[in-house]
Amino acid sequence: MLDLPQIGQPVSRLEGRAKVTGTAKYAGEYNADGLLYGYVVNSTITRGKIVHIDTNAVKEIEGVIEVFTHENRPSLAWFDMQYSDMDAPPGSPFRPLQNAEIKYNGQPIALIVAETFELARYAASILKVSYQGESFETDLYNHQNEARDPKKGVATLLKPLPPKPKGDFEKAFSDSAAQVSAEFVHGTEHHNPIELFATTTIYEGEGKVTIYDKTQGTINCQLYVGNIFGLHFKNVRVISPYVGGAFGSGLRPQYQLFLSVMAALQLKRSIRVTLDRQQMYTFGHRPPTIQKTRFGADSDGKVNAINHTAIGETSRHEDYTEVVVNWANIIYPAKNTILEYQLLPMDVSSPLDMRAPGGSTASHAIESTMDELAHKMKIDPMQFRLINYADIDVSENRPFSSKELRQCYIQGAEKFGWAERNPEPRSMRRGHKLVGYGMATGFWEAMSIPARAEAVLTREGKLRVSSAVTDIGTGTLTVMTQIAADELGLPLDDVQFCYGDSKMPFAPIQGGSFTLATVGSAIKVAGKALRKKILKKAKEMKNSPLKNASDGDVIFERGGISLKSNPDVLISFREIIVANEDKEIKTTNMSVPNVFKLKNYTRAAHSAAFVEVEIDEELGTIQVKRAVTAVAAGKIINPKTARSQILGGMIWGISKALYEETISDHRYGRYMNQNLGEYHIPSHADVHELDVIFVEEKDEIINELGSKGVGEIGLVAMAPAISNAIFHATGKRINKLPIHFDELL
Amino acid sequence: MHNFNYAQAQNIGEAIEFAKGNESAKFIAGGTNLIDLLKYNITTANMLVDINHVPEHHLIEEKSDGGVRLGAFVTNADTAYHPLIESRYPLLSKAILAGASAQIRNMATNGGNLLQRTRCYYFYDPATPCNKREPGTGCSAIGGYNRIMAVLGTSENCIAVFPSDMCVALAALQAVVNITGPEGDRSMPFADFHRLPGDTPHLDNNLKTDEIIVSIDLPEKGFDKNYSYLKLRDRSSYAFALVSVATGLELENNLIKEARIALGGLAHKPWRVEKAEDFLKDKEPTMSNFASAAEMILFGATGFEHNSFKIELAKRAIVRNCMMALNPESQQPGAQPSL
Ligand SMILES: Cc1cc2nc3c(=O)[nH]c(=O)nc-3n(C[C@H](O)[C@H](O)[C@H](O)COP(=O)(O)OP(=O)(O)OC[C@H]3O[C@@H](n4cnc5c(N)ncnc54)[C@H](O)[C@@H]3O)c2cc1C
Ligand code: SF4
Repeated sequence: MLDLPQIGQPVSRLEGRAKVTGTAKYAGEYNADGLLYGYVVNSTITRGKIVHIDTNAVKEIEGVIEVFTHENRPSLAWFDMQYSDMDAPPGSPFRPLQNAEIKYNGQPIALIVAETFELARYAASILKVSYQGESFETDLYNHQNEARDPKKGVATLLKPLPPKPKGDFEKAFSDSAAQVSAEFVHGTEHHNPIELFATTTIYEGEGKVTIYDKTQGTINCQLYVGNIFGLHFKNVRVISPYVGGAFGSGLRPQYQLFLSVMAALQLKRSIRVTLDRQQMYTFGHRPPTIQKTRFGADSDGKVNAINHTAIGETSRHEDYTEVVVNWANIIYPAKNTILEYQLLPMDVSSPLDMRAPGGSTASHAIESTMDELAHKMKIDPMQFRLINYADIDVSENRPFSSKELRQCYIQGAEKFGWAERNPEPRSMRRGHKLVGYGMATGFWEAMSIPARAEAVLTREGKLRVSSAVTDIGTGTLTVMTQIAADELGLPLDDVQFCYGDSKMPFAPIQGGSFTLATVGSAIKVAGKALRKKILKKAKEMKNSPLKNASDGDVIFERGGISLKSNPDVLISFREIIVANEDKEIKTTNMSVPNVFKLKNYTRAAHSAAFVEVEIDEELGTIQVKRAVTAVAAGKIINPKTARSQILGGMIWGISKALYEETISDHRYGRYMNQNLGEYHIPSHADVHELDVIFVEEKDEIINELGSKGVGEIGLVAMAPAISNAIFHATGKRINKLPIHFDELL
Repeated sequence: MHNFNYAQAQNIGEAIEFAKGNESAKFIAGGTNLIDLLKYNITTANMLVDINHVPEHHLIEEKSDGGVRLGAFVTNADTAYHPLIESRYPLLSKAILAGASAQIRNMATNGGNLLQRTRCYYFYDPATPCNKREPGTGCSAIGGYNRIMAVLGTSENCIAVFPSDMCVALAALQAVVNITGPEGDRSMPFADFHRLPGDTPHLDNNLKTDEIIVSIDLPEKGFDKNYSYLKLRDRSSYAFALVSVATGLELENNLIKEARIALGGLAHKPWRVEKAEDFLKDKEPTMSNFASAAEMILFGATGFEHNSFKIELAKRAIVRNCMMALNPESQQPGAQPSL
């Protein structure tokens, strides 16, 4: 094992044992002397004003320390900018306890601070609030005609608006040999990570706090807190050692962070604010979306006209956008397109990126439309994708940095047994059950962003690498340790990756599947710089056998540096440290993606999902019997954690297709199933055989690792593959997700 | 959650004493429903009387009349896996195992199962009107999101469903509920235990607040040869029934000697229509006979905006489940459809 590179090894999660044995501590589990507890009170109306909050009765309860409302909160930063964060869409960020105005149902309106959590929660339940309600609107479907174009802002850089129309869509469409048009309706979804949102703020004295927060970005939260409360950044330390899932919900600082820090600074005490499960439904969600498609193909099966429009929900205060309609023409090279994306502000909290935002929404519309078109033209759905294979990205007129999607189709189909499929819907059966095979293409952009990393050769001759990045449960700790280990040719045991702390070198928020490329590249840059420094030291040693060696002549291996030409020459890191007066050797470096080169390429991970469903013909019950996803995502750093990501994505896709929905009652503007008993995600009994294939893909452009993230790609193709399989089984096309089994009766 | 006092009863007499005359006292058994209700501020109790330490009623035992008695404090899991239940009342065992999750069944008790409250979303959300939670405020489910609501026995005041699986089997088996209280012991046929909402939707059943369920009696006849429980729901486990059916058949010379069919997920109580069961008597166990019975059982069902599908689904489920009862070995775990 010793000399094998760590990259590419199926290493188990390094923190796995700590997590499953319960020793891993999460943000809401840190203690401090005299810790106070906060419980948030949320609005029960959707829009209007708070007339009065009767705090007196509650304050009289022994053990209740304070009730913070808009009336007694400290005066804070003034400008929208100061409330902004790395993931803030254009608009004015929501400010907790800003004033008496209610903008959405569930908005936090008070924080009760008490000596125990139970007491704070009890006090919250008896706090009397009177409101003056105003009329409101939360029903996207009934207000489609009021949609408008989104505002542009910094966020538009990462989420480009749709490309301009191309060719003459209407003519091409009406001239097409086959046409399909359809409408797709998606409801609200909530992230629902298992770990609840919590912030423990340790009060360290005047103007200084250490914050344990559930977040996907320690520095994001540090800047947010510093800006709002006017604290020196160096006096705000945000730590997020473990994150029990987030899926996007931690991309922005959430209101428990604000409230916890505010209370700690006001009361000069340490305080923890934990949100409960219902309160997870009071910020951020995947927005409901209405999509319309019109695709036309000519007689040889080539798609020549694509019209894809989408209307997404946003709040009244921010323009949250997703990339929904940009994908179709990257995947299928039609010459005539109209791609439009609009927003409809409603009286809701701002939507928030949720695993494969936009992409998983779009793929359902694109891939179902393609499936229907294939059906109309009597072409096998996979064959149809191959006929329409894009060798370059025609939407931007540039090549792909790499694209092995064709292999995904071929290898996935082979493994799945796609050839067994009888093209006729309702033609395959097993006893009482209808059997359906469906497939779909998946696509997710491979981005990377600048980041810094520190690399240290410790006094023990081991490697320590650090970055402020979080590990949201994806295996970041493990893969970064692997990447770092190869930099000095060390075994994993001799490498420590420190992370999840804003004191460490800069990393952006963890999302969009860009962490691996972003932080991994920073580690590589720092690793290279460290090797240089170490070699320099080694060369300066007395009688150094490496005196005349240059970079290319040496190998970092066996805990030291050896000569390529003579492996017997080995100076151990420990010896080098001794020569360095027993001091560690350290470097901090920044990696910056080469935008000038990268902008000439479309960079994306691809996938193909194949699904078999079984449907009870009389009762409609649906089971996803098996699924295969073939993924092309460049170099796979750790096949085990990567496979887990894909499996998790596939299960999420099953969830999206069949189970997951936040139920809204538009009469009240409230979400009605705010708990995991009624917000359905798949149970074990709903998940059967799942298989993952990683297709070989070499990418020499994308980054030094040649690696694309795999956090979202596993999800993207699953929901459409399932709905296509349901069509194949039953002949029914249900374009509203989730598909309830009774719709198949 | 509001503060409450806690008292551990060492025997039934003490439990009754603790709760006597106190409308706001609650017995706590497994707590799987009660604690949620307290946390959501749906129920408040000034006193929780813990009945888990009462030494009696923790057994499942054969009775001299040939039946079996289920102690009220036996857990759902222990009941489902008890050899007497598995062998003589497999329908009950299957129904229990179709409910909740393994963890919840390990805590939930037989008494508590009968008394669990509806899963109507509005009932659980104090910010919305609900006649069951706050009589007189109105019913949000009528005119709201009512996919999971009732289609039988509803009233203009409430269309909630009683969510138990276990009780559907108990209804089919014609169990008897044994009760004790300040005024002594009494027994109630299962069919009389739960109520329809009528104009008192806040009352789920006919147990008085200071009474305790001590046991449930199963009559001798357990339909152990031909039985089936089918549960249709939005996911394969850990979801309440949209429609469930418990069927027990007694066959002789390919004729139905006796049939029991009870439905869950459709009404404010487990639903049985004796006329339909009588109709099946001495008939052949065919799909068309079961379909006729299904029509009778669903007679008068009315759907609401999102749940009309339940009517047709229930009819089909009845037919399927009766056919499954003819082949009990074909049954799937989780009471999923088979054949
Ligand atoms: C997420 C979830 C999913 C579930 N899914 C299902 C399902 O699919 N199918 C299903 O059938 N059930 C399901 N359940 C419900 C579960 O079966 C009940 O919660 C359980 O049976 C209640 O029993 P308990 O002992 O915990 O009752 P408790 O919660 O302790 O008590 C419930 C009520 O009964 C009263 N009580 C309890 N015992 C007695 C007694 N002996 N005498 C008088 N009063 C008493 C209490 O005062 C209280 O009012 C689910 C529950 C949860 C939380
Ligand atoms: S159906 Fe019953 S429980 Fe539900 S809101 Fe109406 S009254 Fe309340």
